[in-house]
Amino acid sequence: MKPKDLSVTVAGVRFPNPVIAASGTYGFGEDYAELYPPGVFGGISCKGLTLSERAGNPPPRIAETPGGILNSVGLQNPGVDVFIERHLPYMKKNCNVVIANISGETIGEYKKIAEKLDETGVDIIELNISCPNVKKGGAAWGVSAAGAGEVTKSVRAATGKPLMVKLTPNVTDIAEIARAAEAEGADCVSLINTVLGMRIDVKTRRPVLGNNAGGLSGGAVFPIAVRMVWQVARSVKIDVVGMGGISSAEDAVEMMLAGAKAVQIGTVMMGDPFAPLKIIGGIERYMEENGIDDLSGIVGKVKPW
Amino acid sequence: MYKCGVYPVTEKTEISAGIYSYVISCPDVAELAKPGQFAHIKVDGFTLRRPVSICDADKEKGSLRVVFEVRGKGTARLADINVGDKTDIIAPLGNGFTLPESMAPGRRVILAGGGIGVPPLLGVARVMKGNATAILGFKSRERIILAEDFRRAGAEVIICTDDGSAGVRGTVADVLRDESVKGGADGVFACGPEPMLKAVVGECKKSGLNAEVSLEQRMGCGVGACLVCVCRAVRGGEEFMLRVCKDGPVFNGREVMP
Ligand SMILES: Cc1cc2nc3c(=O)[nH]c(=O)nc-3n(C[C@H](O)[C@H](O)[C@H](O)COP(=O)(O)OP(=O)(O)OC[C@H]3O[C@@H](n4cnc5c(N)ncnc54)[C@H](O)[C@@H]3O)c2cc1C
Ligand SMILES: Cc1cc2nc3c(=O)[nH]c(=O)nc-3n(C[C@H](O)[C@H](O)[C@H](O)COP(=O)(O)O)c2cc1C
Ligand code: FES
Repeated sequence: MKPKDLSVTVAGVRFPNPVIAASGTYGFGEDYAELYPPGVFGGISCKGLTLSERAGNPPPRIAETPGGILNSVGLQNPGVDVFIERHLPYMKKNCNVVIANISGETIGEYKKIAEKLDETGVDIIELNISCPNVKKGGAAWGVSAAGAGEVTKSVRAATGKPLMVKLTPNVTDIAEIARAAEAEGADCVSLINTVLGMRIDVKTRRPVLGNNAGGLSGGAVFPIAVRMVWQVARSVKIDVVGMGGISSAEDAVEMMLAGAKAVQIGTVMMGDPFAPLKIIGGIERYMEENGIDDLSGIVGKVKPW
Repeated sequence: MYKCGVYPVTEKTEISAGIYSYVISCPDVAELAKPGQFAHIKVDGFTLRRPVSICDADKEKGSLRVVFEVRGKGTARLADINVGDKTDIIAPLGNGFTLPESMAPGRRVILAGGGIGVPPLLGVARVMKGNATAILGFKSRERIILAEDFRRAGAEVIICTDDGSAGVRGTVADVLRDESVKGGADGVFACGPEPMLKAVVGECKKSGLNAEVSLEQRMGCGVGACLVCVCRAVRGGEEFMLRVCKDGPVFNGREVMP
C-alpha cells in the first residue's frame, strides 16, 4: 500500500501532517530530540515569547488532577530576541512549520514582537491572548470580543505573516471572540488554552500551586475543547486548530470531525513522550481503514442530530 | 543522553516499612547512568510520571536500582509492581554530582543524606570507593536504610538519629559541625529534606567547603521542555529560575541556598 498523504493546509501554510506540538509543552523543539527528531511533527509552536525575558511564577508550578494537570508557569522565556538568535535557527533546520507563540502586556508589546518576527523565518505567529497565568496582558485581551479584535488588528498591521489567534475557554461565548479575531484579519484561530483551576493541600491548607490558581489541561478538558472547537468552526470561515486533552489518534480525529483542520498536543507527552508518533501513525491507520485519501475531507464532518 | 523504554523488574524488596528497592534490567540506561541522575517512572492510571533518583547502576549486569518511599497515590501504585512486571522509564535524566576525577591520598568527600534522600548517594560511594564518609541521618533506628550497602561500597558510615535510638543523637548538620569529620574533606554531596540541606550548606559555607545538593520539585516532562520544575538560583548576583529536571537535580549549594 502506498503511504497516505497526511498533509493539511492551515492559513495557507502546508503542514506535512496535522499534529502540532502545543506551545509551552515542547520548549523550542530540542528537549525530546534524543528520542526522535522534532521533524516528526507537522509543526511546532514554541514556548510563549514576550518582548523581554520573563522569570515566570514561583514554584510549585504543577499539580496533578483527575485526568489532567494544572500549571502556573507564567510565561518564563528568554525574550523574543534570544529566541530569534539562539533557538529559531535550530527550529528552522529541524522542524517543519515553525509557529512563534507570542504574548504582550500591552498592544504595543504585541506589535513590537510581531515586527521583530516579521523579518525572520517564522512561518506563523500565534497570538496568545489567553494565558491565565500572568497578571497583566495575557487573557485580559482574550476575554472580550473588543479586546481580541483590538490586538488582532494591531498585530495584523505589524506583520505579513499568517496570524493564528489562540483563544481562552474562560469566557461565556467563545464563538463571538473568534468572530472578532476573524473580522480583524486573523488567518486562523487555535483553541483551547487552559481552563482556570485550583487545588488545595488539605494538610497545609495551602494552594498546591505557588501562584494559587493555574490552568487545567490534559484529558480532563478534552470534551470542553471538542465542544468549543465545534462551536467556533461553525461560526467562522477561517481555519480552526483544535487542542485540549488530545491523547490518542481517535481524539485527534474526533477534534477534526468537530471542525479542526489541525490539532495541537501537549500534556499527553508528559506521560508518554512517544505520543506524537503514536497519534500520527494512528491517524494514518484511520485513513487506511476508512478509505480516506484527503484528510481535510473529514474536517467538520460531524453529523449533528 | 537519555532513553525511554519499557524494562523488566528483576528484584523487589521492602527494605523498611513502606520503602521499596527495585532492580530494573535496562542495560542501555545503566551504561549511561551517573550518580545523582534520576528516572522518570510511568504510573498506570496517572497523567504524570514520578521522578525517582537512581540509587545505583551496575553496568556489568546492565541494571539500575531505585529506592522509593510510598508517599501518596502514585508511589503506592508503583509499589504494586512486582518482579517480572515491566516499568516504563525515561532515564537517566538531569545532571549528577560532579565527582572528583582523582583524589589526593588521604583526601575524601563527605556524603550527607537524610531519610529518603540517602539512596542517590550510594552511587557516589560506589565510585569514590574508600574515599567517602557517609553521614546518614534518620528519624529513628527503624527508619535506617542502606547503611550496610554504603559500608560494602567502601564508605565510612556515621549514623545519626533524631531520637538517638541509633548512632549519634542529632542531625546530619550536627555531625558535620565536628571538625574531626569534615577536616581534610574535598567537598560535600547532600540529599535530603530542604531544612537539612539548608543546614548542611550553611555549615559548608562557614568552613569554606564546596557543597552540591540534590533538590526535589514537582515535575512534568522531566526533560527540560515544560518549565514547571524550577527552583530559584543566584549566580553572579543575578537571580535565575533553573529547571530541576535538566539543570539539576544536583546544584551548587551556594547558588540554590544563598
Ligand atoms: C529528582 C527527584 C528525585 C527523587 N528521588 C526520590 C527517591 O529516590 N526516592 C523517593 O522515595 N522519592 C524521591 N523523590 C520524590 C518522589 O518523586 C515523590 O515522593 C513522588 O513523586 C510522590 O508521588 P505520589 O503520587 O506518591 O505523591 P502525591 O503527593 O500524591 O503526588 C502528587 C504530585 O506531586 C508530585 N510530588 C509530590 N511530592 C513530591 C516530591 N517530594 N518531589 C517531586 N514531586 C513530588 C508527584 O510526582 C505528583 O505529580 C524524588 C523527587 C525528585 C524531583
Ligand atoms: C506547562 C504548560 C505550559 C504552557 N505554556 C503555554 C504558553 O506559553 N503559551 C500558550 O499559548 N499556551 C501554553 N500552554 C497551553 C497549551 O499550549 C495548550 O493550549 C493546553 O495545554 C491544552 O492542550 P493539552 O491538553 O494537549 O496540553 C501551556 C500548557 C502547559 C501544560
Ligand atoms: S519537568 Fe518539564 S522542564 Fe522540568
